[in-house]
Amino acid sequence: MNTTKKLLGIVWLLLAPVVIYFLLQGAITHIDPAGKKDINNPVIWVIIITIFTPIAIGLMIFGYYAWKGEYEHLPENSEEV
Amino acid sequence: MNKTTAAPAAIIRQVIIASSVGTMIEWYDFYIFGMLAKTISTQFFPEGNATAALLSTLAIFAAGFIVRPFGALVFGRLGDLIGRKYTFLLTLILMGGSTFLIGLVPGYKSIGMAAPLLVLTLRLVQGLALGGEYGGAATYVAEFSPPNKRGYYTSWIQTTATLGLFVALGVIMLVKLNMTDEQFNAPWGGWRYPFWVSIFLVIVSIYIRMKMEESPLFSKLKKEGKTSTNPLKESFRHKANFKMVLLALFGAVMGQGVIWYTGQFYAQSFLETKCSMGFEQSRTIMLWAIAFATPFFLLFGWLSDRIGRKWIMLGGMLLGVLLYRPIFTTFLKDTDIKEWQKTQNTILKKETSVSVHKTDSVWQVTTQYETPDGAKFTKTVTDTLTAARPVMYQATETPKNTVYSNKEVNGTTYIKFIFLVWIMIVLVTMVYGPIAAFLVEMFPTKIRYTSMSLPYHIGNGVFGGLVPFIGLLLTTTYPKDPLVGLWYPIGIAALCFIIGSIYLNNRIDKDVTD
Repeated sequence: MNTTKKLLGIVWLLLAPVVIYFLLQGAITHIDPAGKKDINNPVIWVIIITIFTPIAIGLMIFGYYAWKGEYEHLPENSEEV
Repeated sequence: MNKTTAAPAAIIRQVIIASSVGTMIEWYDFYIFGMLAKTISTQFFPEGNATAALLSTLAIFAAGFIVRPFGALVFGRLGDLIGRKYTFLLTLILMGGSTFLIGLVPGYKSIGMAAPLLVLTLRLVQGLALGGEYGGAATYVAEFSPPNKRGYYTSWIQTTATLGLFVALGVIMLVKLNMTDEQFNAPWGGWRYPFWVSIFLVIVSIYIRMKMEESPLFSKLKKEGKTSTNPLKESFRHKANFKMVLLALFGAVMGQGVIWYTGQFYAQSFLETKCSMGFEQSRTIMLWAIAFATPFFLLFGWLSDRIGRKWIMLGGMLLGVLLYRPIFTTFLKDTDIKEWQKTQNTILKKETSVSVHKTDSVWQVTTQYETPDGAKFTKTVTDTLTAARPVMYQATETPKNTVYSNKEVNGTTYIKFIFLVWIMIVLVTMVYGPIAAFLVEMFPTKIRYTSMSLPYHIGNGVFGGLVPFIGLLLTTTYPKDPLVGLWYPIGIAALCFIIGSIYLNNRIDKDVTD
């Protein structure tokens, strides 16, 4: 199980930039005054990308921690936190 | 049993009532804005004004996406520094006050651009307050609870978001059913009543909360001088705690957020937009389903005290992944107008309106039909007649601009739809019922409010809040599949299920006093 946790860590690490790439691509494709209401709105895209980028970085850190074996043992009391 | 966590039953009851009523009111306040968005738009954010449109977008998106997580940080920190009781008393005052004031802001026609600016400001205050409320309420109740009942007691807090939705739906329906559309949508019309109602609810709730004691665990920490001096730093800069914040987000709350949003909001929106069901029937389906499903929050909270939290929550996510497409396919199939038109339908009402212009005349024929099995629908055909084309469409033709609306399913299908929505809300209760206790047990007392609030509001506000936007994005990109929007919640729930299954453990932390 620990090996699985570590290997999947690489997947989470790589998944984050993929998500950001798709969001940026979505913004470039859909921001268009003649496009469909709401999804053509640059303000919404800016808000979503702004808020989602730190979350994606969080996913990368999560993946990195998993890969480094940080989740092999979860803390059982506050002394370990 | 730890002495500090074992409060007498009467005190526990008061704690649960004080926390739950207040939190429910905050959810109610937050929802009514979204539910009345259309009316609010016409009053405060007029079409064609670019600045007003920008403010409208910010009011709708920024409140949930940016301000809620920010509120979690601001009030989480405050709650860990000065205490749970006064912090979530403050969030209640902010939420109640801003909601009431939204109901008092004159429309754009009266005060111009000041109206949308004021509404935006108040909406952002709402988002900020909501970001601080939940963590405080959940932490407060959990810190009073005995270890073997933490899941059950905190699950009362978990009912509040759904009950808030129930009350919001009910109040709006009650007001709407007692007046005409014109009266409801007037500048000082019925749409303002739900905002005004809030102030009475908030005053009662503040009164109840004022009489409560501070959480015993926080009081003990404070007495011993062991409270955190910098909760944000300790929550997010210490690797040992930060890794748990990330695990809470990606292994539990992210999936909970999309299941929660899909079962309660996406379902309702789908019935009204994709299935073209009438307002009243779609709302009552939601109301009945919520009413029958709400006790399950308590059931799964109670069960999580016995068998652990992890698999109940992940089970809800897995069932969502498996059941969403079949359920929504049934909605579409049972409201398919092509099937309804294969039978000999009765015409209940037919109205024709004509507007004559210089070179053409626009005819609009609205017909209400009833199928032999009791379903009803309205067909509206608009036709433009010109000198070159003086004859209207034939009755046997269905022009491209035909609109079907106000579908009313028959009694059997209505019950079936309630059952299907009920299933989805039971999934919500599975993922949401145990999660407060789960989050409380993950973090130490001195930084608990901060540590649990942020992942909770990112999971719900951001991942959950993105369901309609990404749904629309997918529908635009792949227009042939009406269910394509479901792949986002299904994908996120599946990802969360995998992460949660592998990385989380099912241990119930008996001692949350540390």
